[in-house]
Amino acid sequence: MLLALLALDLAGAAPAGAQAEGEEPAHSVRGILIDKKQTRERTDDVPVEGAEITVSTAGGEEIGTATSDAEGAWEVEVPGPGRYTVELDPDSLPDGVGVAGDRNELELDVNPNQRRLIQFDLGARTRDVTTTFDRFLQLGFTGIRFGLIIAITAVGLSLIFGTTGLTNFAHGEMVTFGGIMAWYANVDWGLHFIPSVLIAVAAGAGGAAAMEIGVWRKLRRRGVSLLAMMVVSIGLSIVLRYGFQLIFGASPRVYAAYQGQDPIEAGPVNIAPRDLWSIGLIIVVLLAVAFVLQRTKIGKAMRAVSDNRDLAASSGIDVDRVILFVWVLGGGLAALGGVLFALNERISFNSGFGLLLLMFAGITLGGLGTAYGALVGSFIIGLFIQISTLDPFPAVPPNLKNVGALVVLILVLLVRPQGILGRAERVG
Amino acid sequence: MDWELILENGGKALVGTDAVVFALAAIGLNVHFGYTGLVNFGQVAFLAMGAYGVAMGVITFGLSFWLAVFLGLFAAVILAVLLGLPTLRLRSDYLAIVTIAAGEIVRLVLRSASLRSSTGGSDGLQAFADPFFDINPLPTGGTALGPIHLGDGGYGFWIWTFGPNTTWVLIVGWGLVGLTSLMVWALMRSPWGRVVKSIREDEDAVRSLGKNVNWYKMQSLILGGVIGALGGVIFAISRQSVQPDNYSTALTFFAYTALILGGTARIFGPIVGSMLFWSLLSFTDVTLRQAVVNDKIPGDFLTGTRVGIIRFMLVGAGLVLLMVFRPQGIFGDKKEVAIGERG
Amino acid sequence: MSGADLSKTSGPSLAKAAPHEGLERVPGVPKPDPILVADSVRRTFGGLTAVDVDHVEIQRGTITALIGPNGAGKTTFFNLLTGFDKPDSGRWTFDGQDLAGLAAHKVARRGMVRTFQLTKSLARLSVIENLKLGGTGQRGENFFRGLFKPIWGAQEAEIEARADELLVRFKLDHMRDEFAGSLSGGQRKLLEMARALMVQPQMVMLDEPMAGVNPALTQSLLGHVKSLREDGMTVLFVEHDMDVVHDISDWVVVMGEGRVIAEGTPRDISADPAVIDAYLGSHHDAPLSAEEEEQVLAEVEEAIAGEEAG
Repeated sequence: MLLALLALDLAGAAPAGAQAEGEEPAHSVRGILIDKKQTRERTDDVPVEGAEITVSTAGGEEIGTATSDAEGAWEVEVPGPGRYTVELDPDSLPDGVGVAGDRNELELDVNPNQRRLIQFDLGARTRDVTTTFDRFLQLGFTGIRFGLIIAITAVGLSLIFGTTGLTNFAHGEMVTFGGIMAWYANVDWGLHFIPSVLIAVAAGAGGAAAMEIGVWRKLRRRGVSLLAMMVVSIGLSIVLRYGFQLIFGASPRVYAAYQGQDPIEAGPVNIAPRDLWSIGLIIVVLLAVAFVLQRTKIGKAMRAVSDNRDLAASSGIDVDRVILFVWVLGGGLAALGGVLFALNERISFNSGFGLLLLMFAGITLGGLGTAYGALVGSFIIGLFIQISTLDPFPAVPPNLKNVGALVVLILVLLVRPQGILGRAERVG
Repeated sequence: MDWELILENGGKALVGTDAVVFALAAIGLNVHFGYTGLVNFGQVAFLAMGAYGVAMGVITFGLSFWLAVFLGLFAAVILAVLLGLPTLRLRSDYLAIVTIAAGEIVRLVLRSASLRSSTGGSDGLQAFADPFFDINPLPTGGTALGPIHLGDGGYGFWIWTFGPNTTWVLIVGWGLVGLTSLMVWALMRSPWGRVVKSIREDEDAVRSLGKNVNWYKMQSLILGGVIGALGGVIFAISRQSVQPDNYSTALTFFAYTALILGGTARIFGPIVGSMLFWSLLSFTDVTLRQAVVNDKIPGDFLTGTRVGIIRFMLVGAGLVLLMVFRPQGIFGDKKEVAIGERG
Repeated sequence: MSGADLSKTSGPSLAKAAPHEGLERVPGVPKPDPILVADSVRRTFGGLTAVDVDHVEIQRGTITALIGPNGAGKTTFFNLLTGFDKPDSGRWTFDGQDLAGLAAHKVARRGMVRTFQLTKSLARLSVIENLKLGGTGQRGENFFRGLFKPIWGAQEAEIEARADELLVRFKLDHMRDEFAGSLSGGQRKLLEMARALMVQPQMVMLDEPMAGVNPALTQSLLGHVKSLREDGMTVLFVEHDMDVVHDISDWVVVMGEGRVIAEGTPRDISADPAVIDAYLGSHHDAPLSAEEEEQVLAEVEEAIAGEEAG
């Protein structure tokens, strides 16, 4: 299988655009199309020449076209900042090269004075060479990874709900926070990726602890109702999300490390090494969380508090300390989930909010307030989202795949509101 | 600093179309959240039903404008039933989760490229409200009596002078605000309102007294949703266009902030809240932009986009601070809230 | 529907005088004129059986106490009977009507009204509004009729008059227009009982009516419970305090580990070895000391493991 990527490390030096002669345009969309021939060696790279690219406004009005040159570079000038659609004509690509997942139409925002770089994931023309079953396996693998990422973020949300009764709508922002912190450490400060992850997780845990001590503990002491706290959490979520946008900007970003890895072929499935590492890491972390819950004193205390807070308090358990620990744990897990999500996709100020809705779907599916339910439910949701886009079946258009998960959420509530692993509540 | 401009904009926003739309959205939320205790985090979906009902009714289905308005309101009823059936018998978090998800679903579906032929995709739909403006009774051409304008290029008084079409939208919009508020008032003094308010306090107690709690919650969800959809109708008409990205989750929380600012479970709470909210928002918005223009704040720090972002942050912060420090709203009585928390 | 009518509910006068006379003291013993009959009611949570009642009958027009150690399933049994929880299996009839599977509000409309262990006063409604909510068949509770006061105004006045009478009877009239949230714990219990009477039930189910009540109010509350019987109502109540049980109940049903383990008059019950065993073999309610934390944790863990296995 072929993998062709726009090489980010070339972007800075990109000299040759279709209009590179003379003055550079103030606003443009540009890129370099390269067929990397499945290898890491630069010498194997073959620029894709003669591919046709059309740029339109978000309204569908065509602005200009470009054809990639001998270096694979192209550039289309646009009138100013705004949202544009970029379409790569798949028929203009050489035989055997196609756009991965048929994502040959991309939408993007051009900021003021930006020559916006855009990347098409060029790969083998999957439709021609793979069977449905192969695609099922590939989507299944992606689904497992995605499901695990949702799961690792959702466990914290579920534990917080279990111990405090609060549905924390700002949990998505804790995920975003982790992803962004790792970006700053990795790209801005130029650290290696692994210390960047550690910094992000520490920051996530610390941020969550600060929120618990600075906000939630105070509100609990004041006797503020859970309903009111839920509204407060949504307010916090808005402040944080747009605060991230203010500082981090609106456009999604990628890490400096582990981009454009050559995949390992496992039968029909292509696996990037970073995805294998992500999956392994999540499994190890989740096992560790399960160990903490089952075997350690603090874990038992956590379960006691979620089972019956008053009884736990009267049995001498320091409920505030347990809740603080839950926030720290949840914040750290959310941050780690954010980093791993961004490692594979990209990180932007609202990544976490999108994930939050999927976490809710997963937690509801598994049973509100049960940590293991959250794990299982989230895993199923992630898998479902990916598989639902499988081609010949009533495939959900990829841009609507999250909608499918949310519809599942509503159906689950109709049929089995307590979720797969949940139990009915006692009244009175 | 052009203080005149800042104050004029702030003053105009008190009664402008945004204030009308959010007053209706907040009246609906007040029925849900203030009176019944339902946490609807997807009010925007109900507005979208009203707005897209009108737009798609006229453009996609070729209905008459007035029929399309009813289509929008009917769509809101259907949405309320769909969201309510699975969630209203469960604890309140579920409604919150499902409604916030529904808000996103509606927006994503409306902007999906696959449905572009019906919904207009991310561009939305335009020019469907002509019949509304055709029956505008306000004549063009008229006189001015001092600061009062009667058709000489606008209608109104002093800074509150609007063009004939906007004035027509405002008359109908505030008329609807008045009518719906009257209806909510009549309901809330009735035994129906007593049941609904009791559900807010403790639904099991209400069940134990023989009231069909889930059915009342459903009625409340439908009523508030339809009022929200009316807001969406006005929103769509006032712009003669609908665009999916105008219906983002943030809109719901603008309405929440407006409601809590004015005071929940009060008839005038959402109205006063929405007026103040938009006035304050316009005031800070124009002040910040003026400060940039006049170099009070370095322009490279505070670009136009950033003013927009800061505005969102201010709303979020306002929501948090109000919920924590003045949950009774700026005019409310602290005693009632204290009792609610204790009980 | 409307019930507290003496001629209809008092039953044979002999039964009213000494309804439990001559009954065998065994669990599930048949009563001469039962208003409530439950059969094979089971409810499990995960792997734990909370309620497993083979057969029990409650005599009409009497005060029956339901006692048992913590975790015996009393409140769960209450929840099942009143439609607040769904059993795994079982049937029960109330006044000859099958109630199993009926929603809570329908149970209340058939004339069986309950109160709660933790009072559920409607805090931000006034005391009088709390009571008026209990009125049955209110025309103004319909959405469309509610819009027009002339339709429901007259009925509202009648309901208010009845509510005012109850307020006087329960000595809450001085709090009439206060928020219910500002009442003391005992006053809330009174309010809840008065509110239940607004429904005009045949049977009242009281879940720990004396819990958290200031001792000064206990006597007056007991008086009110007795007066319900004098008005022809049947009372079933959950209670821990044996003095209270002795004082007001005609008959006692004892539950342990979800089953009915004994039945009899208060005097019989205090001497029953099965009852004494059940109480001594169980936890007392006192808070545990910090040193016992580990033990509690171990037990919680066991319980969770049990649920997960089941």
